[in-house]
Amino acid sequence: MTEPVLPAESVRDARMRRRNQAERRFKLYGQIAIGFAVSFLVALLISIGFRAVSAFSQHALVVELPAEELSEPGRLDVTELNLAIRANLLTTFPELANERVERVDLFALVPRLAVLPVVQDLQSHEPVSEGSLSVNLAMSDDVDLYLKNDIRSHRSTRVGQAGRLAQLSTGAYRLSDAGQDSFISFQDQLAATAAVDQDILIALSGALFELADTAGASLILNHLAGPVPELGEQGARPVTAIFLGSDSANRPLSTRQVAILILMRDAGMIERRFNSSLFVNADSTYPELAGAAAAIVGSIFTMLVTALFAMPVGVFAAIYLEEFAQKSQLTNIIEVNINNLAAVPSIIFGLLGAAVFLNTFDLPRSIPLVGGLVLGLLVLPTIIIASRAALRSVPPSMREAALGLGASKSQAVFHHVLPRAAPGILTGAIIAMARALGETAPLLLIGMVAFVSDVPTSPNDEATVLPVLIYKWFSGSERAWEPMTAAIILILLTILIAMNLVAVLLRRRFERRW
Amino acid sequence: MLQTIGHLPIGWLLIAPLAAAGFFAFSFGRTEVGALPIGSTIGARLHSQPNYHGYFLAVCTILPAAAVSLAYLMLGEPYVRESLRNELPDYLVARGPDQVALFVERVASYVGHGTTENTGNNLFDASVDRYAILKGQARLVAIGAAIAAAFGGFFLGRRQLNRSFPARVYVERTITALLFVCAAIAILTTVGIVLSLVYETIRFFSSPDGPGVFEFLFGTNWNAQTGQNFGAVPLFFGTLMIALLAMCVAVPVGLFSAIYLSEYASPRFRSWVKPILELLAGIPTVVYGFFAATLIAPLVRGLAEWVNALPFTPENFLAAQPTSALAAGLVMGVMIIPFVSSLSDDVINAVPQPLRDGALAVGATKSEAIKQVVLPAALPGIIAAILLAVSRAIGETMIVVMAAGGRALITLDPTSDITTVTYQIVSLLTGDTAFDSSRTLSAFALGFTLFGITLFFNLVALRVVKKYREAYD
Repeated sequence: MTEPVLPAESVRDARMRRRNQAERRFKLYGQIAIGFAVSFLVALLISIGFRAVSAFSQHALVVELPAEELSEPGRLDVTELNLAIRANLLTTFPELANERVERVDLFALVPRLAVLPVVQDLQSHEPVSEGSLSVNLAMSDDVDLYLKNDIRSHRSTRVGQAGRLAQLSTGAYRLSDAGQDSFISFQDQLAATAAVDQDILIALSGALFELADTAGASLILNHLAGPVPELGEQGARPVTAIFLGSDSANRPLSTRQVAILILMRDAGMIERRFNSSLFVNADSTYPELAGAAAAIVGSIFTMLVTALFAMPVGVFAAIYLEEFAQKSQLTNIIEVNINNLAAVPSIIFGLLGAAVFLNTFDLPRSIPLVGGLVLGLLVLPTIIIASRAALRSVPPSMREAALGLGASKSQAVFHHVLPRAAPGILTGAIIAMARALGETAPLLLIGMVAFVSDVPTSPNDEATVLPVLIYKWFSGSERAWEPMTAAIILILLTILIAMNLVAVLLRRRFERRW
Repeated sequence: MLQTIGHLPIGWLLIAPLAAAGFFAFSFGRTEVGALPIGSTIGARLHSQPNYHGYFLAVCTILPAAAVSLAYLMLGEPYVRESLRNELPDYLVARGPDQVALFVERVASYVGHGTTENTGNNLFDASVDRYAILKGQARLVAIGAAIAAAFGGFFLGRRQLNRSFPARVYVERTITALLFVCAAIAILTTVGIVLSLVYETIRFFSSPDGPGVFEFLFGTNWNAQTGQNFGAVPLFFGTLMIALLAMCVAVPVGLFSAIYLSEYASPRFRSWVKPILELLAGIPTVVYGFFAATLIAPLVRGLAEWVNALPFTPENFLAAQPTSALAAGLVMGVMIIPFVSSLSDDVINAVPQPLRDGALAVGATKSEAIKQVVLPAALPGIIAAILLAVSRAIGETMIVVMAAGGRALITLDPTSDITTVTYQIVSLLTGDTAFDSSRTLSAFALGFTLFGITLFFNLVALRVVKKYREAYD
């Protein structure tokens, strides 16, 4: 007997240490991998949630229209109401009535079609004949975004006390200080912020001016909005400056529009409300008026068609393959074929739909019927595979007992096996429906991306669905589409998570060990 | 009268009476068979339960009527259109078959919308009226035929009923046939996919301005939207490049999470993290696309600009496009993680425990046992999982449409916007397209190629998985 030659203590220890380090490293890689996946998911949800928040509220302009100004409030149409609102805005801002450019700036704050919900509301209610009519109008998307974000970069400072106001030409004024070098500190501040390219507004007793230049201690101003105070001595009234933090070149609103907004806000004409149009309106080319109602209804119709087609067919096919089919070449082919079909890219099903349903059968484009059938074919393999697994998990003794008591094959299957497998089948079906609900690519190919401004009333009407609406709004050029897209994504994700949750609960509730 | 019928929704007109007739036949058959005289037959007992006689009669009634309705749904509309086409005035016919087809299409969709207002165009209004009348006639005929078929089936079936009649056998045969038809739909889908892709692809290659097969597969110039260049190599390149980037993320992350979850994690941790990972697979791809385009793509661009600004890199070293292959590939990789991890998880769990125990017993650390025993044993399954994931990445559409861009380039720069097969299919087929331009048809040729490639990957993977299962079962 010879003793095995062991390496020296120290060598063995060093090697063991290395091996243990390798062990810890390996474990760490696994943790990093899981951490990466989970943090990516969290980043995705947070990023979308963060973008979506602002889309759930909306700024609206509140206008009080005296009823006697309107001929018949119950029978207003869009044009008439718009005229009345414009007239009302001009009485609020009479100084803007003369120049066309100024009127355009004022009217552009509210899109023409914003009165549509008001008109519809008025038509369905009792006509108002006296008192006043309070009208709540969605402001244009640029205004809405400005009031939500950019307005936070406004900085107000006190300039000093006003001296003399003199007119230089139409709209241009010179304001001197009230003596005692009242404007000096302001000019220091101007010099300090000169590096930043930004517009500066000057407020003087209810009027807003744009700072054009400085001349010594005086300010050269262009009038923007609000009643111009009387020329001459201003009696040391306070002057305020508002640094906008942006200049008109990189801002969608003109400086005058910003000034009007400030005045409107101070007068309480603007209120922030819940953006219900997101849920009750159909699609529109104006982001502030667009909503997902048509897409939600379209999704419901499409899912209805998908479920009515794919669930019975899928379950029956699974029953046939699992319970009735003899082992043969044909069933073997069907089996391989179904497994393969489950992995075919979804866009191929779109090509199938375009070639077969649209081209060969001449069915109309963009209807939920065709979309539902295409999605039904797409999820059919998933449902078959899940249903087969559920049927297989019912122990053979159930079938044998039924057959032993004299039941026929189909009685055994339909009376005994199928009810036991139902929760599993339902779980698989819900997950398949969730997949169909989130599918986009095949629907693009059968034309469900068309612009649809009416809520569909049947599976034969032109429609779009939620994921396609997400894609469409994402492709829109206005900035306001982005938060709205994120908001619709949140709605879609909520529905999908709810469906998955139901599936998980079903599985837990009916899970049964045999 | 005929016009009104022409405007009605036909689906309900057919389905509701069918259901009613079936229900009536069922209850009739069920009660009738109980009241049958005993004398004429061999035994006194019923061969089948009354319910089965009911079902039998219902099937006899519904099947022929349903066949007639189906025939109408398939043939009715083309027949009505053809009749209308034959009645159109000569000057319209003289404008060519395309114009006539367009006109008939407009008439049909006008009637389909259910509006009855006149448009002011006399020919159009007259055609609309005539179309509705023709449609009404066809429907009346169809409904009449369906009713006749239902009655015929009912009476023929009723004559069969007697106490020894094996109604159950017939009903069960019908059910089995129905089940088989359902299973065959899966086959039909594949046949439909293959036939439609092949048919349109052949049309593409045989059309006068279409390319040759060789030019399509090996040409490097793709300009289908405007020009007539159909060399698809840039698309294949872009597809493979993005798929490769995706796999660089998905394989290590998916594999390591699967190993950690199946070998190291506590059951509690596993029961929490596994559903979270699976949630990644449940998020719609359009959401990933949005995320890639709004958050990841700007990050990638910023990174590329930072690299460009480094002192030792040339000025335009990276393309730094607003949409990029890297952004799409990265996000696609994350989307694919659950595919890799759950499939690998399954195969790692399927490796028999004695193999691990043996490795540990001879002194291996846990990671050594995994690396040298478990992973080699699970390797075929893992490769299959990766192949399935690659096929998934190649066919993924929305992420590349939203985050990868549409320029047909061959470049190794991952921050450049390159295009893929799926992107081109979507951009060629979205919007109003006729099915006869080579532009549209090229999408089908691309789809056919895509189908062939993914089919190859899937078949290999499924085969490997099957072999692997057999080895350990």
